[in-house]
Amino acid sequence: MSDTRPLLETRALSVGRGGVGLLEGVDLRIMPGSALVLRGPNGSGKTSLLRTLAGLQPPRDGTLEAEPDDIVLAGHLDGVKPTLSVAENLRFWAEIFGTSGIEQALRTFDLDRLRDRMAASLSAGQKRRLGLARLIVAGRKLWLLDEPTVSLDQEATGLFASAVRAHLDQGGAAIIATHIDLGLAPIEHMDVSRYRAAPPAPDDFDEAFA
Amino acid sequence: MRALLLRDLRLAMRAGGGFGLAMAFFLIVVVLVPFAVGPRADLHSAIAPGVLWLGALLACLLSLDRMFALDWEDGTLDLLATAPLPLEMVIIAKALAHWLTTGLPLVLLAPMLGILLNLAPEAYGALTLSLAVGTPALSVIGAFGAALTVGVKRGGLLLSLLVLPLYVPSLIFGADMVRRASEGGAVTTPLLLLAGITCGAIALLPFASAAVLRVNLR
Amino acid sequence: MNAIWQYANPKKFIDTSERLLPWVAGLAALCLGVGLIWGYFLTPDAERFGATVKIIYLHVPAAMMAISAWFMMLVASLIWIIRRHHVSALAARAAAPVGAVMTVIGLVTGAIWGQPMWGTWWAWDPRLTSFLILFLFYLGYIALWAAIEDDDSAADLTSILCLVGSVFAVLSRYAVNFWNQGLHQGASLSLDKEENVADVFYIPLLVCIAGFVLLFVALVLMRTGTEIRARRMRVLLARERMK
Repeated sequence: MSDTRPLLETRALSVGRGGVGLLEGVDLRIMPGSALVLRGPNGSGKTSLLRTLAGLQPPRDGTLEAEPDDIVLAGHLDGVKPTLSVAENLRFWAEIFGTSGIEQALRTFDLDRLRDRMAASLSAGQKRRLGLARLIVAGRKLWLLDEPTVSLDQEATGLFASAVRAHLDQGGAAIIATHIDLGLAPIEHMDVSRYRAAPPAPDDFDEAFA
Repeated sequence: MRALLLRDLRLAMRAGGGFGLAMAFFLIVVVLVPFAVGPRADLHSAIAPGVLWLGALLACLLSLDRMFALDWEDGTLDLLATAPLPLEMVIIAKALAHWLTTGLPLVLLAPMLGILLNLAPEAYGALTLSLAVGTPALSVIGAFGAALTVGVKRGGLLLSLLVLPLYVPSLIFGADMVRRASEGGAVTTPLLLLAGITCGAIALLPFASAAVLRVNLR
Repeated sequence: MNAIWQYANPKKFIDTSERLLPWVAGLAALCLGVGLIWGYFLTPDAERFGATVKIIYLHVPAAMMAISAWFMMLVASLIWIIRRHHVSALAARAAAPVGAVMTVIGLVTGAIWGQPMWGTWWAWDPRLTSFLILFLFYLGYIALWAAIEDDDSAADLTSILCLVGSVFAVLSRYAVNFWNQGLHQGASLSLDKEENVADVFYIPLLVCIAGFVLLFVALVLMRTGTEIRARRMRVLLARERMK
């Protein structure tokens, strides 16, 4: 039964940034096992949409139905503490999310060799891998990923793609803002510029200031 | 909550964590005061309660802007806000970590600095007790100020401007308690008032701080 | 009850306030003119205090408005938090500098009065000290508005600061009382203790207070209109950039 329920559903969702509308009328339905790739030029509202879905900012309009405990977000920044080791960084998130074991996450992103290195000495790509490994540690069903492959090399991108694939196979789901083809099979694409918010009528000087 | 507290303590201990800076600052302030007011010992003992409380308060203030700013810059705060831990608990854990790394060392250091300022012998107990009871409020109020200014670039000065007026009641009761003790008077009234402010701040301010942090995160 | 919320519409607010403004401002000027001339030139010198007492015609109304302005900001902040009317948040923002100036007027006239009365410009008397702390709260509030770029976030943050600040302002008031009992006379004016001030001084004082209240209302109406237009302009510019 639970497999047929969508993990996330929006109806006529409007999203903005700094009081200005970016997207409107977004209808999404994310089923377990599916992945949605968001496309669109810079500044079109991909990041704001993901932050809204994650519950960090309130929608300007419309409805958003999702269980907050299903969602984990990976944004532009990795939240990696440079003075903690790789394993310490991951263990912290494991405790916060109440899960056990960081071994699988370390293995998936090939961080085993680096586990006792201070995060300060990691390269940008290694840091990114550490940030993505947190997704596995969190143990949540719906991954919201904002440009996850930035500064990853080809091999690491492959690791990431297979991690996403394994996650989908286990009944998870993902919404990914990316321009790279990850070679995921059951995938939908959505160009967010389709939902670009229309500029409000010019004489609309009332309660709403934006 | 425990994990966050332990992580913050560990970060404070590691290189660049700034542990001990507040104590060094406290020491310097207290050393500078006699240079400013002259070498009269009776004057030093008269102003010692106030100077020690003010020094501790400023030392506390100095480390506030790190409380959320570092986690904000590297994205940890976004991730914590979507984690199962309520933001109110994040605030409490952070304020507690701040108190353990800043307030508590100041409490322990203050009696030693009292010797430098020729503090009356009767007042040492009251000094330690008043700081122990009063500094948690400084950390919790400071967490509110730090949450307000976390999105402001170079918000340190603004943070001081916002937080210092909120410190007035704690400073008045805390320093008054030490002053009364040094004059041999009863300290119960200021102690209870100081404790009341601390309890009220701990009970209520985390909600305001979490609301403010949510606004800053969106 | 519903009728009052229609003024939460910025356009309606500006239309109405612009119609009201000349009347309020004119009445404020009239009251202040009459009250001050009456108070300063047409009342006898008090037996005990001499002519210095006449500064109450500035000091008392300014001090009352300093507190009332903060209280108005508190109410406006609550309305913003609960009902999300932008005009309310902008009115709180508009009132803050006016309140801060009222506090400064209260402090300066207090110092000028204190010189002949107590022989000192400044004493750490509980009332003076409380007003100084209130001034610091105003400064912090204004600085926070100025520091936050996003208008809605700034409104939220300053509203919460105003709530928390109000609690601490009251706490400080009692703490300062505890700290120093002070020289200041008790409230020299309250509605049920009229015997404090003789009628001959009291009536012009009431006129002056009415003048200050009207002046405050006029300034806040004007500044709120300006804030609404400035906010509107920022939104239009942001939209322009979007295209």
